Amino acid sequence: MTEPAPAPHIEARGLGVQFAGGVQALSGLDLVVRRGELLALIGPSGCGKSTFLRVAAGLAPASAGTITVAGEAPERARARRAVAFVFQDPTLLPWRSLHANVRLPLELARAPKAEQTTAADAALALVGLSEFAAAPPTALSGGMKMRASLARALVTRPELLLLDEPFGALDELTRERLNDELLRLWERDRFTALAVTHSVAEAVLLGDRVIVLSGRPGRVVADIPIALPRPRRAALIGSPEFAAIAADVRAHLRAAAPPDPSDLPVRT
Amino acid sequence: MSLASAARAALPPLLVFLALLGLWQLACSALALPAYLVPTPAEVAREAAAHVGELAQAALLTALGALGGLGASLVVGGLVAVLFSQSQTAARSLYPYAIFLQTVPIVAVAPLIVVWFGTGLQSVVLTAAILSVFPIITNGTTGLVRVDPQLLELFAMSDASRLQLLLKLRLPGSLPYFVAGAKISGGLAVIGAIVGEFFAGFGADELGLGALILQTSGRLQTAYLFAAIFTATLLGLLLFGLVALLGELALRRWRGRELAVS
Repeated sequence: MTEPAPAPHIEARGLGVQFAGGVQALSGLDLVVRRGELLALIGPSGCGKSTFLRVAAGLAPASAGTITVAGEAPERARARRAVAFVFQDPTLLPWRSLHANVRLPLELARAPKAEQTTAADAALALVGLSEFAAAPPTALSGGMKMRASLARALVTRPELLLLDEPFGALDELTRERLNDELLRLWERDRFTALAVTHSVAEAVLLGDRVIVLSGRPGRVVADIPIALPRPRRAALIGSPEFAAIAADVRAHLRAAAPPDPSDLPVRT
Repeated sequence: MSLASAARAALPPLLVFLALLGLWQLACSALALPAYLVPTPAEVAREAAAHVGELAQAALLTALGALGGLGASLVVGGLVAVLFSQSQTAARSLYPYAIFLQTVPIVAVAPLIVVWFGTGLQSVVLTAAILSVFPIITNGTTGLVRVDPQLLELFAMSDASRLQLLLKLRLPGSLPYFVAGAKISGGLAVIGAIVGEFFAGFGADELGLGALILQTSGRLQTAYLFAAIFTATLLGLLLFGLVALLGELALRRWRGRELAVS
């Protein structure tokens, strides 16, 4: 079967975002995310990576340029339940069981009860948390909470998954496990995914491409295709070809970061 | 907390209490104070035993007034907190009057309440409610408004309505704040009920603790008065304990310790 030319899923042209306080978070950002692509977004802290995700989710308005998701305004794509967001924190509601947390998006969309139950069952099974369906979030480890958060995001079977440094607070081993989990889920359903991260290794492991943003105001300064074959797993991180690509990405990231007065003498 | 550790925690204050009783008894006999001025602990105990029926009945009546006031506070305060959380305009224009409820001297307003609503339980409940509603309003409003911004975004991703936000996020999320407010209000409600009974507790066949305190002090039955004061203190502790226990049970359920299988 020949694949059709991948259509753009997110298309940002000359995107600018200015906050109420006058801070320019993004400026002149051009980025196309193709359908089915897993894209990693990396950049110096405060460069507006998270802001870009929020604009793509329709949670924050753009102040200049245009952005479309599946050819329509971000809020409209979101309203079709076609976009899901995974936050930095697990953001589970402590008074709800895991199952009740995972079915929340469908409950808010007033989906039929039976659909809510079966979809939440399936999503929990997908991340290996079926036996904890009735457990409260307080009974879970950090990694399990994040898994549940992933399950909740996938419960509506979204076309686009936006991830905002979702595993940043976890220890390294748990983080690698969750990266594998995300890769497995993505290989299975091939949704479009845009993952913001501050880890070069994570960006290279996940991304078909790694997009490097400049310091504030953020714009795209490098678009690096990652030639590593798929399926990829976190075990790859130790390999020499991985290290070479990571070094390349790191060099771009360093160039993008605003100069730090403490390393002035170093010039290459 | 286990029973043993609870006993260990209760031991030091209990010892202090016994030591104070001893000192009190010693001081009375050493200084030869007349009983109508300062009765000895033994006399207070004797008087309490002699009037145990009246004291219990008075405590029950006062408890009824305090619980009624606390219940009214929870309902009215909860509704006001919801209103404040939903409308900035309402919060800004009405909050000063909520503060007024806290700053108004309750002993000055209680006679007015009696003028309007007559003597009896309804005026006692109203006094207790006025004194105890403010912590519910402030704590409740804080809990309803202070929500993790990421959770607001989570609900925004599902285009949740205002009502869904209120019912599925703000109200359940504010439970710890309402419990904290209710703990403060529980003690205030007892004080409010007793003050209410000073003014509204007469005319009935049964006297509440407030009315009993006034009556015994008027008749210089000082030992009986002491017994009534101790009963009032005990009642306050009991009510606080009850509210704290119910709050803890609710919070435990909230945190999912005893979550039912969904």
